[in-house]
Amino acid sequence: MRKLNVEKAGNQPWIIVLFIFLSLLIIFPLLYVVSVSLTNDGDIARYGYQLIPKHASFQAYEYIFQTPKALLQSYLITIVVTVAGTMLALLLTSSLAYVMTRKDYRYSKLTTFFVFFTLLFNAGLVPSYIIATNVLHIQDTIWALILPYSVSAWFTMLMKGFMDGLPFEIIEAAKIDGSSEFGIYARIVLPLSKPALATVGLFYALAYWNDWWLAMLYIQREELIPLQYYLQRIMTNIEFLTKSMQAGMNVDMSTIPTESSRMAIAILAAGPMMFAFPFFQKYLIKGLTVGSIKG
Amino acid sequence: MRILTKLRNEGRHFWRGKSLFFLSLPAMAIVFVFYYLPMFGIVIAFKDINYAKGIWGSDWAGLTNFKFFFQSQDAMRITRNTLLLNGVFIAVGIFCAVVIGLLMAELGRKWVRIFQTVLFFPYFLSWVVVGFVTYILLNPTYGVIDKTMEWMNITPVDWYSKPGYWPFILTLTYLWKNVGYTAIIFFTGLIAIDSTYYEAASIDGASRFQQIRKISIPLIVPLITLLVILNIGRIFYSDFGLFYFIPRDAGMLYSTTDVVDTYVFRSLRVTGDLGMASAASLYQAVVGLVLVFSTNLIVRKFNKENALF
Repeated sequence: MRKLNVEKAGNQPWIIVLFIFLSLLIIFPLLYVVSVSLTNDGDIARYGYQLIPKHASFQAYEYIFQTPKALLQSYLITIVVTVAGTMLALLLTSSLAYVMTRKDYRYSKLTTFFVFFTLLFNAGLVPSYIIATNVLHIQDTIWALILPYSVSAWFTMLMKGFMDGLPFEIIEAAKIDGSSEFGIYARIVLPLSKPALATVGLFYALAYWNDWWLAMLYIQREELIPLQYYLQRIMTNIEFLTKSMQAGMNVDMSTIPTESSRMAIAILAAGPMMFAFPFFQKYLIKGLTVGSIKG
Repeated sequence: MRILTKLRNEGRHFWRGKSLFFLSLPAMAIVFVFYYLPMFGIVIAFKDINYAKGIWGSDWAGLTNFKFFFQSQDAMRITRNTLLLNGVFIAVGIFCAVVIGLLMAELGRKWVRIFQTVLFFPYFLSWVVVGFVTYILLNPTYGVIDKTMEWMNITPVDWYSKPGYWPFILTLTYLWKNVGYTAIIFFTGLIAIDSTYYEAASIDGASRFQQIRKISIPLIVPLITLLVILNIGRIFYSDFGLFYFIPRDAGMLYSTTDVVDTYVFRSLRVTGDLGMASAASLYQAVVGLVLVFSTNLIVRKFNKENALF
C-alpha cells in the first residue's frame, strides 16, 4: 500500500548487519536442538552439545520410532483438541461477538460488559481449579483440555471489532425477508466474517496446540496427555522417556540415547509448527495489528 | 404494582430479543462457568479446608490463611520478584521492541519479510520447547555456554544453582521469545504513518535521523503508552511457563525466580497447602484489580481515548 521505504535512502548496510546478527541469535539456539538430536550420546558425553556433530547419527530417531506409541498418542490428543477446540471456540466466540454488535438488541451492552469484566477481574487459579475439579468434575477428561479456552474475552473483543464493520443494512433486509436470527447468523454473518474467523481461529489453534497448562492442572491419565505436556515430562524426568521406550521390548536402559532422544522428540513435536509457520504468519500479523490499535 | 408492570415490560422486551439471547447463551454459559463461578470460590481463602468435611462444609478461618501467608517470608519474596522481574520485562522489552521496530522501518520490503519471519518465530514456540533450548545452552555438564567458557579458560558456572544470574537469564529468554512480536506491533504502527510527513521533511532538508526523532517517535508514542499501560495493569500476573520451565523449578533458584503464579501453583499442586495457595491467589486477584483500575484512571487523566474503559 505505502511505498514509504522507496523514498528513504533505505537498506543501510549496518542495519542489515544488525538484523542478521539478531536473526542468528534466534536461529543458533534452535539449530543446536536439531544438532543434538543427531549426535550420538557417546559424543555428547565426550564433547558436550555441539553445533556440528562429530558423527551424525539417527540413532535417537530410530529408537523413538521403534516404540512410537506414547508420542503418537499425545500427537493424536493434541490434534483432536486443537481441531475440535478451535471449531467450538469459533462457533461460541463468533455468536457471542455477533450478538454484542447488534445495537438493536436490548442486552447487547450488558453482554459486552459481562465478557469485558472478566478481563478486569479474575478469581485466580485456586478457585478456578476447585470449581473445575469439584463442581464440574472435568479432570481427566478431554473436556478439561478444550472447554476452559473455548471463549476468550480477548478474542471475543477482537472478533467484535471485526464485526462492527459489517453492513447492518444486509441484516435488516434479511430480517424483513423473514429470515430467523439464527439463519442470519449462519448464512450471512459467518460467511461475511471469513477473514476474521481465519485470524481468530489461528490464534485459538495456536493456544490449543501450544498448551501444557490445562494438562498440568487436570490430566493424570497417560492416554490423555497432550504433546507439550509429554515434552515437559520427558524434560523433567528422563525415566519417563526410557520407560515408554522400554515398554514392549527388552532393551538395556543404559543403551538408550537419552540426551539425543529428548531433543529428537522436541524436534518431532515442534517440527510441524516450523513448517506451518510461514504460511499463516501473515494472518496473525493482521490480527495482531487490529488488536493493538483497538487496544 | 409498578415493579410488576416493569417486570412484565422487561419480559416482553426479553421475549422479543429471545433469539439473539439464545444465540449467545452457550458462550455466555461457558463464560459464566469458567469466569464467574470461580468468583464464588474465593471464600475458600477464608476457610480452614478440611477434606473430610468437604470444601464448602469446612470451618471458617477468618483471616488466618492471610496471616500465615503474610507472616511467611514467601509473601515478600514473591511480591518482590513478580514486580521487579515483570517491571524489567516491560521496560527493557518495550525499549528494545521500539528500537527494532524503528530500524525495521528503514529496511526494504524484501528484507523486512525475511527478518520479520525470523524474529517473530520464537513467539510461536511454547515455553516447554524454549525450555529445551535454554537447557542446551545452560546445562552444567554438556551445555554450550559452559563448554565455551571451558574452552576460553573461564571457570564454568552451575547455572541451575546460582540464583544471582537468573534475573538476567530470565530477561534474555523473555526478550528472545517476545521482542520480535512487540517489534512488529510497533513496525506496523510506523508504516501506517502518512508518508507525506516524511516527504515534506526531506524537502526541508531533514536528515533521516531527524525525521525519526521528530516524526516517527512522536507519532508512535500513543502506541507505546498504550502497551506500557496494558502491561502495567497486568504486572502482578506472570507468564507462568517462563518462570516454571526455564529455571526448571529448581528450589535453589526460588529466591530470584519464584513469582506469585509459580508459588500458587506449587502450593496447590505440589505441597497441597490449600490455605496458602488460596490466600496468595486472592492477594494476586485483588492487587491485580487495583492495578488495572488505577492505571486506567491515570490514563483517563492524560488521554480519554487511550483509556480501557
